[in-house]
Amino acid sequence: MKTLTKLISVTGLGLTIVPAFLVFFQKITLQSHYHLMLIGTILWFISAPFWMNKKSHG
Amino acid sequence: MANGRKKGIFERLDGLYEFDREPVTKDKLQGAGNFIGLYAGEHVAGTEFVIGPLFVAHGVTASALFLGLLVGDLLAVLSWAFLTAPIAVKTRLNLYWQLKKVAGPYLTFIYNIVNALMFCFLAGAMISVSATAVGLPLHMKMPTLTDMYPNSVQWVLVVLFVGLVVTTIAILGFEKLSNFSKISAPWMFLVFVAAGVAVLPQLGVHSAGDFWRVANDKIWTGVPLQGQSKFTFWHVMFFAWFCNMAMHIGMSDLTILRYARKWQYGFLSAFGMYLGHYVAWIASGILCAAALGNVAPGPIAYLGAGVAGAITVVIAGWTTANPTLYRAGLALQTATPDWKRWKVTFAAGMITTIAAIFPALMMRLLDFVALYGLILMPMGAVIFADFWILPRIGLKNNYAALKQILFSWPAAIAWGVTLIIAFLLPLEIFFKGLPGWFIAVILFVGLSYVQQHYSRKELAGGAI
Repeated sequence: MKTLTKLISVTGLGLTIVPAFLVFFQKITLQSHYHLMLIGTILWFISAPFWMNKKSHG
Repeated sequence: MANGRKKGIFERLDGLYEFDREPVTKDKLQGAGNFIGLYAGEHVAGTEFVIGPLFVAHGVTASALFLGLLVGDLLAVLSWAFLTAPIAVKTRLNLYWQLKKVAGPYLTFIYNIVNALMFCFLAGAMISVSATAVGLPLHMKMPTLTDMYPNSVQWVLVVLFVGLVVTTIAILGFEKLSNFSKISAPWMFLVFVAAGVAVLPQLGVHSAGDFWRVANDKIWTGVPLQGQSKFTFWHVMFFAWFCNMAMHIGMSDLTILRYARKWQYGFLSAFGMYLGHYVAWIASGILCAAALGNVAPGPIAYLGAGVAGAITVVIAGWTTANPTLYRAGLALQTATPDWKRWKVTFAAGMITTIAAIFPALMMRLLDFVALYGLILMPMGAVIFADFWILPRIGLKNNYAALKQILFSWPAAIAWGVTLIIAFLLPLEIFFKGLPGWFIAVILFVGLSYVQQHYSRKELAGGAI
């Protein structure tokens, strides 16, 4: 389960950063980049809280 | 009666930091990974959306920016590593307890209140940042670089709304938002990079080879916007070095670095500096140029990253404002011992929100951040001098604790006179910190000599 949530998180981060480079290399439009980033953001926030360290620093 | 009340205040003040009273024990020390995460998270924040564009507005050239940040960030890292971390790992105490030993409880109390007000204004700037994103779907008129006062009723209402939400969260769920802040840090950094990269083609960058030419011609052109002063390499370097002056030279981060296994962990601040204060500032500068000089964080982030960008601005603003507001509440509580924590945080939230209504706080953030560091810096210099210099010249350190002095006049004069001299110096605010530090050290050492020498003489006289 943890592996799956981590995989979703990594996908989320990938969708956050990779589309920007695809825009740069003129492979996708800016609009598509916006949409993919939003999907990446949602994936990150629904998965990361399940595995990221919650312990607070003293 | 008055004496009793004062005693109550100081007992309350101690009570707030009771948990931290003892030096950190070995089993509580943290590994390097924690410090990397902490610094990277703390320095990729809402302010980064404002600072990058302000450099563009001040007409920095590309080479001045890239070099100035490189050197300034390095100096900041060295300040953490060589000034803050060695004291932190030797004393293992936070700033409050260390300062109390050096300056006495009365002066520490005053320092706490000044610190709290600074925190309120900093959190206020973050609320303004968030408001520029919240106002996007409402087609709110964005504040411009020269706006000192609110530019519309809508701006006031949006700021009040954001301020109320931030304050409520600070009262109800500080811990949860703190965790949320940690979770959002890696994603937020990538949004900065992605937004910057995605708008490069709009500026005419189609390959890596185009970047430097466009950087000079269209982004950091060297020409300030109308009404803005011209920034040079030195401005950038000193700003990058001193924007966290309160934390390193000012010793605020004793509180964090006392958990470090070794003093060398101070170098890990490089993760915050070079991710946040290098990459993120460059990215937000690119966004500003792509937005044709617009400096409002919400619209520029939306341009680079769409809705995700706007969400980033809101989250970046909130996650920075929330702990800042919490710390302000904690510090202000010392002045209002009969108030419950929620009341104090609410009062701090109101001060913060009222400050946030004025866009000047956000648009003059560079000046404010420099001022914030400068005001708190002398006490860091006092701690430094007390720890390293006094024992080497035959004087006692932690003299206030040793002699149970309530108000250390050498520390108070060093603080006050340094600030007076610094403000009188015919230098821009960004450059006052460096001479100020030396002035504070010299004053404190000299006055400590007078104090301890006089005290010894008095004792000797008494003995006779």
